[in-house]
Amino acid sequence: MSQIEKETVLDIRRLRTEFGLTERPLVAVDDVSFQVKAGEILGLVGESGSGKSITLRSILGIVRPRGRVKGEILWKGRDLVPLDEAALRRVRGREIAMIFQEPMSSLNPLLTVGLQISENLAAHTDLDAKARKARAVELLDMVGIPAARDRLGDYPHEFSGGMRQRVMIAIALASNPQLLLADEPTTALDVTIQDQILRLIQALSRDLGMAVILVTHDMGVVAETCDRVAVMYGGRLCETGPTADVIGDARHPYSLGLLRSIPRDVAPRTLLYSIPGAPPSLNALPAGCAFTARCPVAGPECRDVRPNLGTAGKNRQVACHHREQALIHFSAREAAQ
Amino acid sequence: MPSLSYLMARLLQIIPTFLLVMIFIFLFVRLLPGDPAIAMAEAKATDAQLEQIRHNLGLDQPLPIQFLLFVTNTLTGDLGRSIMLKAPVTEIILTRLPTTIFLALYSVLLAICLAGPLAFLAAARVNSALDVTIRSVFQVGLSMPVFYIGLVLLTVLAAQLRWFPVGGYGTSFLDNLHHLMLPALSVALYTSAIILRNLRASLIEVLDADYVQFARAKGLSPHIVMTRHVLRNALVSTVTLLGLSIGNLMSGTLVTETVFAVPGVGRLMLEAIFARDYPLIQGLTLTFAVLVSVVFLLTDIVQSWLDPRLRQS
Ligand SMILES: Nc1ncnc2c1ncn2[C@@H]1O[C@H](COP(=O)(O)OP(=O)(O)O)[C@@H](O)[C@H]1O
Ligand code: SF4
Ligand SMILES: [Mg+2]
Repeated sequence: MSQIEKETVLDIRRLRTEFGLTERPLVAVDDVSFQVKAGEILGLVGESGSGKSITLRSILGIVRPRGRVKGEILWKGRDLVPLDEAALRRVRGREIAMIFQEPMSSLNPLLTVGLQISENLAAHTDLDAKARKARAVELLDMVGIPAARDRLGDYPHEFSGGMRQRVMIAIALASNPQLLLADEPTTALDVTIQDQILRLIQALSRDLGMAVILVTHDMGVVAETCDRVAVMYGGRLCETGPTADVIGDARHPYSLGLLRSIPRDVAPRTLLYSIPGAPPSLNALPAGCAFTARCPVAGPECRDVRPNLGTAGKNRQVACHHREQALIHFSAREAAQ
Repeated sequence: MPSLSYLMARLLQIIPTFLLVMIFIFLFVRLLPGDPAIAMAEAKATDAQLEQIRHNLGLDQPLPIQFLLFVTNTLTGDLGRSIMLKAPVTEIILTRLPTTIFLALYSVLLAICLAGPLAFLAAARVNSALDVTIRSVFQVGLSMPVFYIGLVLLTVLAAQLRWFPVGGYGTSFLDNLHHLMLPALSVALYTSAIILRNLRASLIEVLDADYVQFARAKGLSPHIVMTRHVLRNALVSTVTLLGLSIGNLMSGTLVTETVFAVPGVGRLMLEAIFARDYPLIQGLTLTFAVLVSVVFLLTDIVQSWLDPRLRQS
């Protein structure tokens, strides 16, 4: 990593995304704040349903059906939340691109893959039809699709799941975005291709200064790829910090349970394993800490008082009332093993 | 575009369908109670005269021969002579058919014009007051039989307000539009209710589909998202339904044309049935079968044009 302090391009402040009735909302993302710098890769981890995808979608303002986004999403200093569709459209796909989690359903089944790449180029570049086609071939090549030139006229159903995921990545990278929101971009891919894609993303990030938020379940991917990690639980942030610190020395009881037992030199494909208890249900979260029901060191105040994301050492933040007890609890458990 | 081989394969599929239809018509007419010879003959006809008529109709031949005769005659366009109208069946049908096709297209267009924009309005604001109102109004259309809607329209718009004629057919294109407004509308109200329900549902589904969100995430203009990504996908299922309801509509013409005294093949069929005019009934049934097959064929072609997944096989 370079020594020069890079500028913060994305600054999310108290993001809150809710669904359903205004009087009794379902809060999928609650009071989430974090920053991403140019050229930085931030890993976003947490169990399924913890609000990672909704966080990414909130940034682009595409939470359907009828999600309400509040708070501030400062993109290079400008708040995206109050922008109208027309203004957002100039940011979407051009400055901020997103890779969706579901490769099977995210490509339009009725349109050729070539068109789905080139419509992106048509919207954001001055390239003519011929140049768009050449660029589409180049992009498909780049994400490792064999015989790319012959596949432009093919439809999504003629590609496997892994191939579709690569097509989606090619589309997202088409107009050289400055921020890439990658929602589990390599889940359907085999290890070789996965490495290839991650190295591609890393190279773009390093060489072009592209910022990346990478949602993944794979701690090996986090360890190898991400500069920093943010851990989410029940729509809230538990802990953020440099990758090595969070993986090797977690502080929040949830991330401790989740990450502590992962070896320091994590191999690729080390999946987050589940901790005891049921994943959070959004309509049954307490007013206080979202993790109360499953936390081994919860105190009486945890249910009602929300822990703030507070500084815990250099560049690190943790949201917990009982950090010391947590450390004692988990090191005792480790010692016992 | 669907490939030529797809179109050929689809066309070949029609042949067995028609063979079945012909067998069905052939047997059905012969199983009907009553003797066509008696129906055709004068009241005081002698047995010898009846025998002569049967011979002329070929009814004294063995069934397989009769069927073969029926098939070859049909293929050469000879559907026999109408007993009731004393003219060639083919000729009669060809003069009446344009009216029915006009009425069918007219009502389908009306239905699309009614249902299309309203489905969009309803889907854009799901469960809003507007959505609920649109749905309930069309639900009424769906729960009433077409002939009843027709009678209500007749009473109000024709008999009382005198905006439209109570029946009949016009002499020019515009005159036809005016004359056939009420019958077309009474069918369209029903059809549009079906289309609206389906189109609204598929629009709602497609609007939230991942690929539409992905299209928006690419920063495409709302116009492109709507036409290229939303509309086309929503239409795939609606086109099937539209084809089916046009098929249904063909049998609906029996009632509509009778209520509104429209001189089309539907009313002709009813008259032929009452008169036991077997050659005419056979010819008309075949005509309906052809019309429905053509509609289904067109539906399939449009669908495979919309959806590449249907183009294989
Ligand atoms: N349109 C919606 N309406 C209501 N709840 C939703 C909607 N979309 C997502 N959610 C809920 O938001 C929560 C977070 O979802 P998501 O961000 O997809 O989780 P993750 O990506 O971390 O697995 C889930 O509990 C999900 O059920
Ligand atoms: S100790 Fe309390 S605040 Fe900390 S994680 Fe457990 S429940 Fe939450
Ligand atoms: Mg997700």
